[in-house]
Amino acid sequence: MRYLPLSGADRAIMLERIGVSAVDALFADAPPECLRDQAPDLPRRKGEMAVERELGRLAARNVSAGSVPFFLGAGAYRHHVPATVDHLIQRSEFLTSYTPYQPEIAQGTLQYLFEFQTQAAALTGMEVANASMYDGSTACAEAVLMAQRITRRKRAVLSGGLHPHYAEVTRTVCGFAGDSISSLPPDVAASEDIISQIGPDTSCVVVQSPDVFGNLRDLAPIAEAARRAGALLVAVVTEAVSFGLLTSPGAQGADIVVAEGQSIGNALNFGGPYVGLFAARSKFVRQMPGRLCGETVDADGRRGFVLTLSAREQHIRRDKATSNICTNSGLCCLAFTIHMTLLGGHGLRQLARINHANAVALADRLAALPGVTVLNHSFFNEFTVRLAGRDAADVVERLAARGVLGGVPVSRLLPGAGLDDLLLVASTEVNTDEDRTAFVDALAAVLGEIAAC
Amino acid sequence: MLNRQGRPTITGDAAPVAASAAEHRTFTGNRALQQIEPLLFEIGSTERCGVDLDEPAPFTARLGALEAAAPVDLPALSEPETMRHFVRLSQKNYGIDTGMFPLGSCTMKHNPRLNERMARLPGFADVHPLQPVATVQGALAVMDQLAHWLLTLTGMPAVALSPKAGAHGELLGLMAIKAAIAARGEGETRNVVLVPESAHGTNPATAALLGFRVKSVPARDDGAVHLDDVVGLLGPDVAAIMLTNPNTCGLFEPQIVEIAAALHAAGGYFYCDGANFNAIVGKVRPGDLGVDAMHINLHKTFSTPHGGGGPGAGPVVLSERLAPFAPVPFVRKGADGQLSLVEQAGEGEAAQAFGRLTAFHGQMGMYVRALSFMLSHGGDGLRQASEDAVLSANYVRASLADLLTAPFGDRPCMHEALFDDAWLKDTGLTTLDIAKALIDEGFHPMTVYFPLVVHGAMLIEPTESESKVSLDLFIAAMRDLAMAAKRGDAGRFTGAPRHAPLRRLDETRAARQPVLRWTRPQPVA
Ligand SMILES: Cc1ncc(COP(=O)(O)O)c(C=O)c1O
Repeated sequence: MRYLPLSGADRAIMLERIGVSAVDALFADAPPECLRDQAPDLPRRKGEMAVERELGRLAARNVSAGSVPFFLGAGAYRHHVPATVDHLIQRSEFLTSYTPYQPEIAQGTLQYLFEFQTQAAALTGMEVANASMYDGSTACAEAVLMAQRITRRKRAVLSGGLHPHYAEVTRTVCGFAGDSISSLPPDVAASEDIISQIGPDTSCVVVQSPDVFGNLRDLAPIAEAARRAGALLVAVVTEAVSFGLLTSPGAQGADIVVAEGQSIGNALNFGGPYVGLFAARSKFVRQMPGRLCGETVDADGRRGFVLTLSAREQHIRRDKATSNICTNSGLCCLAFTIHMTLLGGHGLRQLARINHANAVALADRLAALPGVTVLNHSFFNEFTVRLAGRDAADVVERLAARGVLGGVPVSRLLPGAGLDDLLLVASTEVNTDEDRTAFVDALAAVLGEIAAC
Repeated sequence: MLNRQGRPTITGDAAPVAASAAEHRTFTGNRALQQIEPLLFEIGSTERCGVDLDEPAPFTARLGALEAAAPVDLPALSEPETMRHFVRLSQKNYGIDTGMFPLGSCTMKHNPRLNERMARLPGFADVHPLQPVATVQGALAVMDQLAHWLLTLTGMPAVALSPKAGAHGELLGLMAIKAAIAARGEGETRNVVLVPESAHGTNPATAALLGFRVKSVPARDDGAVHLDDVVGLLGPDVAAIMLTNPNTCGLFEPQIVEIAAALHAAGGYFYCDGANFNAIVGKVRPGDLGVDAMHINLHKTFSTPHGGGGPGAGPVVLSERLAPFAPVPFVRKGADGQLSLVEQAGEGEAAQAFGRLTAFHGQMGMYVRALSFMLSHGGDGLRQASEDAVLSANYVRASLADLLTAPFGDRPCMHEALFDDAWLKDTGLTTLDIAKALIDEGFHPMTVYFPLVVHGAMLIEPTESESKVSLDLFIAAMRDLAMAAKRGDAGRFTGAPRHAPLRRLDETRAARQPVLRWTRPQPVA
């Protein structure tokens, strides 16, 4: 087996040193009736070529986003990732290292985490950010738990513009943890009155902007109302490129900001691995979940970095920890950090402008089709269209059959909500004018094909 | 001295510079391949960009009043500067590819690059989680096949794939248990989870997060959890035990089957922390031990890389009793062989699903890598790998037993060898000193001070990836250190590491005056 360096002769010498005649003697504590005398009933070992063939066949059964005009978003976005990013994250010293518990030989990881925290804090407009969570959705649930610890209140209010998966993860985790979660109904028009839901028992309000339907939300009045009621505003962002062009949640008064960082540096990966950004006001730092990297000096006085404020974490505080998270999204953070290094604030703004311009161009062209209405009053790179009387899921299937991946039907996220004629459409810098034409033509054909029901 | 930004790289008021370093000081502060690398913000600027972006055709913004007035204040680097910055940072890191990384409980084994190549196939990497299922049949097949391998290896009937790491899997398992207990109408009364003192911190943290009361099962002199101790704690209030097997002392729990039976008889569930599964793959099936739920850290046992702290994946195998409560989403195989996703809790097959733990479907990138690892090994190779991991750990144990002290005597271990610090008595040295001296010898230290139940613990997990030459060198280095320690050669330890990019770091200072981000230096007035 190519990955196993020990030879038969090595094994014999090692057994002798240990003083046993066979390796099974080392398994003596296992119940004898449970110790298996044969390899499991699974295929035998394979060479590289055979594995490549087998997995290559499976990969070929998927339609990859880059092979067709592609317009899906809803919390996962296709952006161009510079070649530098993927090369650097495969450096052995990054890829094959562990959590930086021995800082003298992990300064590479620690310094990029410090840089990541700086970028995440600047983008969200907050004072501090941690060294990442699993993804945006789990970060959202953690933010609600944190708000509960800070306010000692137990009712969180979720906006109807929050990504339904995020809402469901939050309801699940926080529900088990004993919080009560009030979810507002799906809010396609961004017209809900969330402020009236804030009461003396409210720990936080959770508002996403751009929301799941693409609308941009003015967080400032919500932040102000929350502050007056002693509650926190948790702002959620699922498209990190939007930070480049929009007033930051921090500048609008958010207390905690969580975001999905996949858009910057990371591929779609069918949903994971992704990287959750988690940022807050510094007065809350001791209530934050996850790892924090901080600056210090070594014995010679040279600047260095270490994991710090660990008294919040499970390995020190056990059942009193602020979270149970241990392994987070290290390498995805690195990808994010490298891509952001290449972009800088100016580059990100330009990238965001291109995204917005492409989305505006697409929205205008789609709106010109009969039976298609763009519902948004504002948007960044994603918006909602109504396909009058049509089942959007059916439309998407038919578009796929014509070689266009044309968005996410709202019913995929909110089945049974009576929103079956709504389609979420995203457009990023990867889309060309030809892509838009192919989409518009295919949609026109499909709409003609199915009679309105 | 000051670097280009005027920040001190070596401060005068801190501990004096080691004599040798002072004597051979360079003008730049660099030491050949070891380069001082400033923060990217200190060398970057907002005038530069490492990406060429065109000006879009004229458009009318639809951003309402929320357009930011100015770009975010973050400097950039050009592409060559970016490359050099991160390559230099990487050179300050120790990875498995650098050398032996016997970090107990973490299973730092070889990361085959085939797995990286497979995960980057556009058919896996460039696929959106919400594409029509007809366009992702290959991705669902990967999940289905991975599930088949995990179920066969564990002897369990069901698996939930979506958790993003071991601790996330612990959440899933305990949530399923809580849901099952609630379904039995005992939600109000069964609220205690038993956790041995030797457990990893995530276990009590997970139980507490879900509102369980954590009761500790005491540590015993032999490193095992005793049936009597568990039975003494059982009652109508006990929801579950969280037991690690092999445990964090590197031992197969001798009474595990009896403990599981006692727990079941008392109406509780057995959550097994499967972080140490690498010891028993192909040898023992957790399903045969009475396990109800167990997470498997794919980034440990199945080699999806640790990546400096993630991303991981923590699928959870479940017993028949817990399977109905597994969260969405999961893959369903139709009669026609077509695969689909069940994404809504509360209806159909997911009628009892407790909810959802993450957006989308979990860690596809990790599933592909793990499956690639499994296919490469085959069932036979996985079994061999576990045997080699156990053999190597015992070889290290036996080779150091005369110089170091093992808390549980001479008994064999599983895939990791545990020593305590009794052998350091009277030397004035600590476990940490040994770890730092190992850095100078070119090794990554073992896990230190974990498990908490062993004084000054040193937990050594060589994994199956080390050659005998490499094990022998490690053993020789450890023996030499042990003899130096006993000789009273304290200087070799207390100043260590001397050859790492940095010397020991001041963690107290980091915590006392936290600096958690770079801030732009204020112009001097
Ligand atoms: C015994 C044990 N349990 C649980 C965990 C947590 O796993 P993860 O880091 O994947 O969340 C670890 C990993 O560090 C571990 O060693």
